[in-house]
Amino acid sequence: MPPIRELSGRAAAPGLAHGPVHRLVETGTAHRAFAGVAVERAALGQAIAAAIEDLAGLMAANEEDGADILEFQVAMLEDESLSEPAFDAIEAGADALTAFREALDSQIADYQRSEDDYFRARASDLEDLRDRVLSHLADGAAAAVPAGAILVGRDLTPSRFLSVDWSAGGAIALAEGSPSSHVAMLARSRGVPMAVGLGAIPDGPFRAAILDGERGRLVLDPTEAELAAFGAARADAAGRAAREADVLTRPAVTADGVAVKVMINVAEPAELDRLDPEICDGIGLVRTEFLFTGRDGLPDEETQYRAYRRILEWAEDRPVTIRTVDAGGDKPVPGLTLDGESNPFLGVRGVRLSLARPEIFRLQLRALCRAAVHGDLKIMLPMVTVPEEIATVAAMLEATVIQLGSDGFRARKPPLGIMVEVPAVAVVPELYAEAAFFSIGSNDLTQYTTASARDIAAVAALNDPGHAAVVALIRNTVARGAELGIEVSLCGDMGGDPAHWPALLRAGLRSASVAPPLVGRVKLALAGLRAGG
Amino acid sequence: MSGFDAEASVVLTHAVGLHARPSVKLTKLAKTFAAKLELAAGPAGPWIDAKSIVKVMAAKAPQGTVLSFRATGADAAAAVAALVALVERDFDEGEGTAEAAGTAHAANP
Repeated sequence: MPPIRELSGRAAAPGLAHGPVHRLVETGTAHRAFAGVAVERAALGQAIAAAIEDLAGLMAANEEDGADILEFQVAMLEDESLSEPAFDAIEAGADALTAFREALDSQIADYQRSEDDYFRARASDLEDLRDRVLSHLADGAAAAVPAGAILVGRDLTPSRFLSVDWSAGGAIALAEGSPSSHVAMLARSRGVPMAVGLGAIPDGPFRAAILDGERGRLVLDPTEAELAAFGAARADAAGRAAREADVLTRPAVTADGVAVKVMINVAEPAELDRLDPEICDGIGLVRTEFLFTGRDGLPDEETQYRAYRRILEWAEDRPVTIRTVDAGGDKPVPGLTLDGESNPFLGVRGVRLSLARPEIFRLQLRALCRAAVHGDLKIMLPMVTVPEEIATVAAMLEATVIQLGSDGFRARKPPLGIMVEVPAVAVVPELYAEAAFFSIGSNDLTQYTTASARDIAAVAALNDPGHAAVVALIRNTVARGAELGIEVSLCGDMGGDPAHWPALLRAGLRSASVAPPLVGRVKLALAGLRAGG
Repeated sequence: MSGFDAEASVVLTHAVGLHARPSVKLTKLAKTFAAKLELAAGPAGPWIDAKSIVKVMAAKAPQGTVLSFRATGADAAAAVAALVALVERDFDEGEGTAEAAGTAHAANP
């Protein structure tokens, strides 16, 4: 039987790529043969030096984001106390890789046992450090990533992603992983095609591969015919990109002249560096999880304030809707979310978690109220289920602004709106009239309405935002919003898919927020649709 | 005094304690002095090398900890004074670093 050359998984970042295959080294299973105490000592010293050099390069390339986290890692690596137990183990006959892994694992376990959330979250920093050094020690690890390569492996860390030069193209194919992972968001914002959940990828060797990030498909050692089809698909995509570029900076209008607001979703402030604010009518969703899932643990008030302010300054006078941390569900945050819930999607997530951890939530509200003086900031609560949640947060917000004033900070109380993603809200939105705005979260609304998860392949087909029930809930939310004078927008993936816009326009929707690379596609699609009739 | 050239204590006010960024600043500053510098997260110790970020982080000192410093060497007094001042300035992470001066310096509640 010929080896399997074609694998299907899930799309994580759109785009098409063809290039050489580069295998990611698995540091968890990597090994190295002992070659004598002197050799192992020298190898460990060199691996640590090389890891420091990697980090210095990363710091130069990522000045704004995470430079101080990288600086922390450098400081740890430069400290001899870190590697002392490893050098001792080498003297006792261990190879450098095993010695370093065991030394770090015991320190990682120590951080994981900490009662303090911030220190517990440091464990992931040490894991990153460990893997960085191990990748220099593993047998056959030295190979650099060739330009335009398709990276193939089990999973990929965000720091490894950032260390690759993507300017010559390339793509990512993972046996495991998730489209909602941090690294998938990075891939989407950098335009790197990515597929996840491909299952066991055969060992090869393979010279080249095609990765289709739209369909989540990997073709190893493609045939002439497959390459020809790839070329044609890429030419198509290029033609569409040119038409999208034409409408990108113009306001979105339907064929019958109805204006539609198109805003962008932002997962990482760094995404904005490559974007022209002229392409959008504002930011409809800032996911603040990036602040909480970073390697620096839970963020302090100052870190948050600076991040929010930077986003507002990019947007100039355009509205910016910042969602309070939406951890839980498929987005666990060390030190914040609860472990071991039997059904995390129906558990303590979103605003439920924020209200359960008021000391952490209050810091976020303080940072948001301080940032609000720098632009048109709005606060959005995820997973609201009962009106009392809005009232509770509104009271906290009021107290926060007063406290900030007496602390001597400039602050402003931003409008407080909600995500409409729990069906309970979409059925009777009029009960939530205290909200300053509604933003329909179509991903969760679809999942809860159809009782099917996107990431369970066997039921993924049921998870259809176009289901008449989901559309009816959207229509109801838009209609009740209009009666109450409450602005309604939509910020889920549904708004980025042209196929859903005929139904969305019929439901009365006139505003949506989409991933930045989809703005052109949506505007182009709207220009070809009629809103009335 | 007990065989050290300088000693002092200060309350750690940083909102999340002696975590990554403050530890980087503290150990970097400590390394600029020749003196042997130690810190403890309690009056009874254990005393740890203030120039080792691995050990300083491992102390996991939370907000409200009374940090004690002690030093021996020619510049011991200056070293202890500089570290105490850094903690008192909240590691230069207050409002003043991000915004123009003029706003009051606030303690995080």
